[in-house]
This record gives sequence, structure tokens and C-alpha cells, in this order.
Amino acid sequence: MHQFQIATLIPFEIGGVDLSFTNSSLWMLIGAVLSIVGLTIASERKAMIPGRLQVGAEGLYHFIENLISENVGGHGATAKQYFPLVFTLFVMVLVGNFLGMIPYSFTYTSHLAVTAGLALLVFFTVLIIGIARHGFHFFSLFVPPGVPMWLLWLVVLIEIVSFISRPITLSVRLFANMVAGHVLMKVIAGFAIMFATMGGVAWLGTLLPVAFNIVMIGFEFFIAFIQAYVFAVLTCIYLKDTMEIEH
Amino acid sequence: METEAVRLLAGAIALLPLAGIGIGLGNIFAAYNEAIGRNPGAADLLNKKFMFTFAVTEALGIFALLIAFYLVFAK
Repeated sequence: MHQFQIATLIPFEIGGVDLSFTNSSLWMLIGAVLSIVGLTIASERKAMIPGRLQVGAEGLYHFIENLISENVGGHGATAKQYFPLVFTLFVMVLVGNFLGMIPYSFTYTSHLAVTAGLALLVFFTVLIIGIARHGFHFFSLFVPPGVPMWLLWLVVLIEIVSFISRPITLSVRLFANMVAGHVLMKVIAGFAIMFATMGGVAWLGTLLPVAFNIVMIGFEFFIAFIQAYVFAVLTCIYLKDTMEIEH
Repeated sequence: METEAVRLLAGAIALLPLAGIGIGLGNIFAAYNEAIGRNPGAADLLNKKFMFTFAVTEALGIFALLIAFYLVFAK
């Protein structure tokens, strides 16, 4: 479908590797500039009685702060050190999802390459910090306590498979939600065109798909926020594994 | 059977998991409403948990939809 196609804007290649500036890069740049400029302006003048922008930025900050203290656990500095990572991921996914709702724009989160990149970043962050902090003991994550000996091999196998499938489910969930939402709206809009071309009084039938699509747009905004939230929550849950390990 | 017919049939079969996901979502909504009814004071906490479980379960339905789309439209 046209809205998911990647178009090269500025061709660029190094050693046979295609590094062109595409429409995906363009919208990612717009998202980055929007979030950086917006948050900078919001935190520029710290008023005692905050304006609308400052309230929004502070609300976002507290939202992620609560998310981390609830899901990662730990207190003070240990949990705080993950704040930049989770905040950046959340804002990037959120801005990407919302920019995709603008007609004729490009949703960069609707490509598996982008979401898989983010998910692999989380996966390797957990793996590297966990091993650096706990050493070989990190792998006791795969051995839950209180499992009988004869069942242990199966449980360890399941734990390892679920650990490795984390980046897959994390990336596919976001990408599939974005693609399916946009495709669904397009299919329903197609029904409206079908009724309109029938002729006669059949044009009255267009009202139904159009009304449904208006509701769907609201639902898609909800999904856009929820998926960014789920991405941040799951990142926090995965980061929890690096915090402390039961011996 | 022709290849085209088999592909459409496979697309339909790939949507069967929606039955289970429908039951799951029904359970989530039922438990959420019952919990709110029993303890309206805990609504804020329940909202967060509800949205998370809803999104994770709903994503499974989207996986099935995506596989169906792939089977029907990908050449």
C-alpha cells in the first residue's frame, strides 16, 4: 500500500550499503525536532505558576517517573539511571504513532526495521547491564526457585525461549498494531467509495462507513498512546531483571 | 483445489484464533467491571492494569490479522 512505501529522497551509499535519506528518516527527523524543541521550550522558563506547556512536560516526566518506580522497583539512583532510556523510547514511539495519524504522513513505527531496532536496543541493554552487574549469576534468571528437579530442564528451556522471544514480540506488537489500524481504516473507507459508485440512492450507504471511520480515528489515537505506553511498561519490566536477583 | 482458493481458505483459518482472543478480552472486561463495582476507590490503579492487559491481549488478535493479510495479499 502506498502509505507504507519507503521513498528515497536523497540517495546516499557507502561501500554498497544503502544509507539513503528516505521519507521514513524525514518523519523521524520531524518527530525528533518536534520533541526536542517542544521539551526545551517547555523547560526553558520555569515559572512558579506553570503555563500549559510546562504542565504538559512535567506531567510527561512524572508519568515516566512513576512508571519506572512502579515497575522497575528499587529506590533513588538505581531506578533513576534508567529514566533517560525509557523516556526517550516512550517519546519516540509516541511521537511516531501520533505523526502517523496526520493524513498523507508516514508512520515510521509501521516498519519492522524501526521497531525491531528499538526492541533489540532494549534486549541488549538488559543483557549487557545484567551480565556486567551480576556476572555469571545473571543466568540464574532462567532457573526459578522452588521447581522440582525432574521438571527443571523443561522450565529452564521455556524460560530461555521466552527470554529470546522478547524482542520479537515487543517489535511485532507495535508494528502490527500500527499497520493493522491504518489498513483497517483504508478498507472501511473503500466501502464508502464502493457505495458512492453504485449510483441511485445507494450513496446513503456511504454514511455508515464514514461514521464508523470517524469512531475508528478516535480509537486509533487511543491505540497510538496505549502502544507507546505498553512499549515503555514492557521495557521497565525487562529492565527489572537487571536490578536484583534472588539467590 | 486451486492455489487461489487454498490461499483464501488459509487466510480464513488464520483468523480462527480471534475466537479465543474474544473470550480473553471478554474475561478482562468482565473482571475489570466487576472489580470497579466492588471497589470504586481502586479505579485509578485498575485503569492502568486494565489498559496494559487489554493492549497485550488485543495485540494477539492483530498478529492473527496480520498473518491473514499476509496469506491473502502477499504474492
